[in-house]
Amino acid sequence: MFYREAGDFKTSYRADSQTFPIRFDRYRYYVVLAIAFLVVPFIINDYWANAILLPFLIYAIAAIGLNILVGYCGQLSLGTGGFMAMGAYACYKFMTAFPDLSMFINVILAGVVTAIVGMLFGLPSLRIKGFYLAVATLAAQFFLVWLFNRVPWFYNYSASGQINAPQRTMFGVEITGPLAPAWATYLFCLVFLTLSALIARNLTRGSVGRKWMAIRDMDIAAEIIGVNPLRAKLSAFAVSSFFVGISGALFFALYLGAVEVGEAFNIQKSFLILFMVIIGGLGSVFGSFAGAAFMVLLPVALKVVGVDLLGWPTDTVAHFQLVIVGALIIIFLIAEPHGLAQLWRLAKEKLRLWPFPY
Amino acid sequence: MLDASEGFTTEDGRRIGGVVMEMKNITLRFGGVVAIQNISFDIREGEIRAIIGPNGAGKSSMLNVISGFYVPQEGEVWFEGRQRPKVKPYEVARQGIARTFQNIALFEGMSVLDNVMTGRLTHMKTGILSQSFWLGRAEAEETANREVAERIIDFLEIQHIRKTPVSRLPYGLKKRVELARALAAEPRLLLLDEPMAGMNVEEKEDMSRFILDVNDEFGTTIALIEHDMGVVMDLSDRVVVMDYGRKIGDGTPDEVRNNQDVIDAYLGVAHD
Amino acid sequence: MPDQVLFAMEVTLNGLMAGVLYALVALGFVLIFKASGIFNFAQGVMALFAAMTLVGIMEGQVPFSHLINATFGTDIHHFGWQVPALLAIVLTTGVMVVLAWCVQRFVMGHLVNQEPIILFMATIGLAYFLEGVSDLMWGSEIRTLDVGLPQGINETIDAFTYDLFGYGFFIDNLDIVASVIAALLVAGLVVFAQYTKQGRAMRAVADDHQAALSVGISLNFIWVLVWSIAGFVALVAGIMWGTKSGVQFSLSLIALKALPVLMLGGFTSIPGAIVGGLIIGVGEKLFEFLLGGLMGGATENWFAYVLALLFLLVRPQGLFGEKIIERV
Repeated sequence: MFYREAGDFKTSYRADSQTFPIRFDRYRYYVVLAIAFLVVPFIINDYWANAILLPFLIYAIAAIGLNILVGYCGQLSLGTGGFMAMGAYACYKFMTAFPDLSMFINVILAGVVTAIVGMLFGLPSLRIKGFYLAVATLAAQFFLVWLFNRVPWFYNYSASGQINAPQRTMFGVEITGPLAPAWATYLFCLVFLTLSALIARNLTRGSVGRKWMAIRDMDIAAEIIGVNPLRAKLSAFAVSSFFVGISGALFFALYLGAVEVGEAFNIQKSFLILFMVIIGGLGSVFGSFAGAAFMVLLPVALKVVGVDLLGWPTDTVAHFQLVIVGALIIIFLIAEPHGLAQLWRLAKEKLRLWPFPY
Repeated sequence: MLDASEGFTTEDGRRIGGVVMEMKNITLRFGGVVAIQNISFDIREGEIRAIIGPNGAGKSSMLNVISGFYVPQEGEVWFEGRQRPKVKPYEVARQGIARTFQNIALFEGMSVLDNVMTGRLTHMKTGILSQSFWLGRAEAEETANREVAERIIDFLEIQHIRKTPVSRLPYGLKKRVELARALAAEPRLLLLDEPMAGMNVEEKEDMSRFILDVNDEFGTTIALIEHDMGVVMDLSDRVVVMDYGRKIGDGTPDEVRNNQDVIDAYLGVAHD
Repeated sequence: MPDQVLFAMEVTLNGLMAGVLYALVALGFVLIFKASGIFNFAQGVMALFAAMTLVGIMEGQVPFSHLINATFGTDIHHFGWQVPALLAIVLTTGVMVVLAWCVQRFVMGHLVNQEPIILFMATIGLAYFLEGVSDLMWGSEIRTLDVGLPQGINETIDAFTYDLFGYGFFIDNLDIVASVIAALLVAGLVVFAQYTKQGRAMRAVADDHQAALSVGISLNFIWVLVWSIAGFVALVAGIMWGTKSGVQFSLSLIALKALPVLMLGGFTSIPGAIVGGLIIGVGEKLFEFLLGGLMGGATENWFAYVLALLFLLVRPQGLFGEKIIERV
């Protein structure tokens, strides 16, 4: 089948502004969804779930969140790790305070709490811009991590200072705790990722997204055409933190099970998510997926090549990973600021004209 | 002179209505520099009002005062019969004042259509929740506003570049897209900041035609700044002339053309 | 005098010393930012890299030895010689100049005229890259660094304050030396910027790239120069912190400490970096001393940031920064 848009005419504005305007893309999207929901759960095992699929799903949610803030609204944040921690601890508090509450609700509530906190730390964005703001978001990172580390109420006065996810079931199947089957945790995260991507896509193709992009491209002009800058920025902070909080809650409750805040949500986590967004593509929901997949697969691939094939020591390979990631960030910023998503778009453009490019 | 409240009819038979905007004794200073000194004038409904003057006369500052970007130290701004309090620029936009910029201020990362759609933002009310799920209301609003935007796009003859990223367009087209964005807001007062700057003769003629058409078709009140006197005289109904932050002339193009102060300002005057 | 006041005085003095070191790192940021508009997040990693290189050269370590051994199955570690500290410092300075050239040639040269935020993210990438290179070259173990700086309690101050108040202040010799060196370095840089030809060119570039270019200043040269100076400042900072607490990864985190200093002092002001450093050094020590106990301790982790954040809300351009004027 040829990849074509010729003959695929739109007869209404509604059809023209849908998510996948090209018919072929739409079909592929349904196929991917079907495989993810109907095939993968039957063939998944613990290794695949823990090494690749769960981190990918969870990080992709965080990357979507950060991309809304950085890629769409142009406000750089280095506090992602702190906001993920907020989601994790909020989820923990809800789980332990209301044992009967559905896990689904818990995670949503964790997102809501994080959204509120995110808005609070987003307040300075009206007065300070660019990397001043980036540095200001570091305040969120350090303060939140310190808070969860030092104030015992947040970890329910446990002796270790850690938080542990209690067992919770959904439709009779365990989804948290050590006994949860891989397919259940996978499906639970997949539902959240699908919803997040849909919401992000809907927001970015409508008037809310245009406000964000207007602020990103030229904030003064945006204000003069009628965008309230504070509201636009705060809504971006809120939506972004909502997703990041959900991601943090899932990361804690379904993936790690037990969390030591200084380790799981330190500033390296903030950078990791930022790198996913840069490599995947600023201002692209699809790019968030690509970036998350890339950053999850890179260490696995390097381990296979470096340790298993070449026989290098593990720490040397880890150092190599730093070099490669750093170099890739620079290369993408120089050559392709729109990241993997743009490379994919260019490939499609070529494919659309193939085999007669002129 | 004109009657203050009633309005008048132009030579080509267009009806000019009552006063829409009135500037009273505006003074604007930056530190010690006086950009605008005690200027008063009005803008009437349905007219094309030009503010002209040599470089550095304070025209742009005046436009920025009207659009709320600068707040004058002294004087009053009246819009549609009410005195405007100290407001934020986005509130001015919501009152129905739209503008273009001398150095194009389009959103470079977005397509032409999206840029024009940003002009509709003041008319779009659905919130984040309903847009998150693209529920009926959000979608209906999007479609309705898209129709308005498409009408403007048709009108300015930029259909063919609808989906092109703005950053790829040549200068002349960018100016037109910017006009489209301002028009999409369906403003009650449209401000144009040097709409013809940097254009060649042909582009200038196109732009003049669009400005006249806009005024004719939608009845939009237009205030524009320009230092190219020739174009302005053909285009506008009334002209304010500024020089060194002061008003040195105000009236129909013919009146202004024969004003001695204006001739001195433009042609220079022999100093003894 | 009551004990509390004496303790507070001692804490303040120690805070001042720490502040000088913060100021030193912040200075590296200000230099690069003024001349190129780049906010160099990699400054801390540069300090780590410089200190690691210095230790490596002094001990005659073979660079990339882990990698070489892993690839070729060899077992080499050291050349077998020791290099005196002074010569090693000179050699390390050379390495930092080469690094500056590489950064300009391969990274920043390709990003001229990009938005500041893109440049900032590029320096985050640079920080990762350099950290990886440093680990591959010299290994990632904690190293001790001793270039012969005096260390330990200063007996004179101890005895003097004991005579005065009946309580001896504990001030580290290293902190005193560090303060003196930092002060000299700052003075030197100011003289360089004000009175030399290159310094004037540097300021011209900072003011207006285009105009500087049009009067025949080589932008490339100036930027390499600026990155070299920043590299040298990083080396000095690396020596101080490395001597104090060992050369290790956490050294690169001093950059994170310097950021709030910059926000407080303004990104474009050398005096701002110094005053900001002192305020934060004293502020965080005093805050921990007075309120830390009530709040669970370790408030130094965030105090500087929250202080800077609150301050920015009042004055977005910092203490000494230039006023931001917006135009259409």
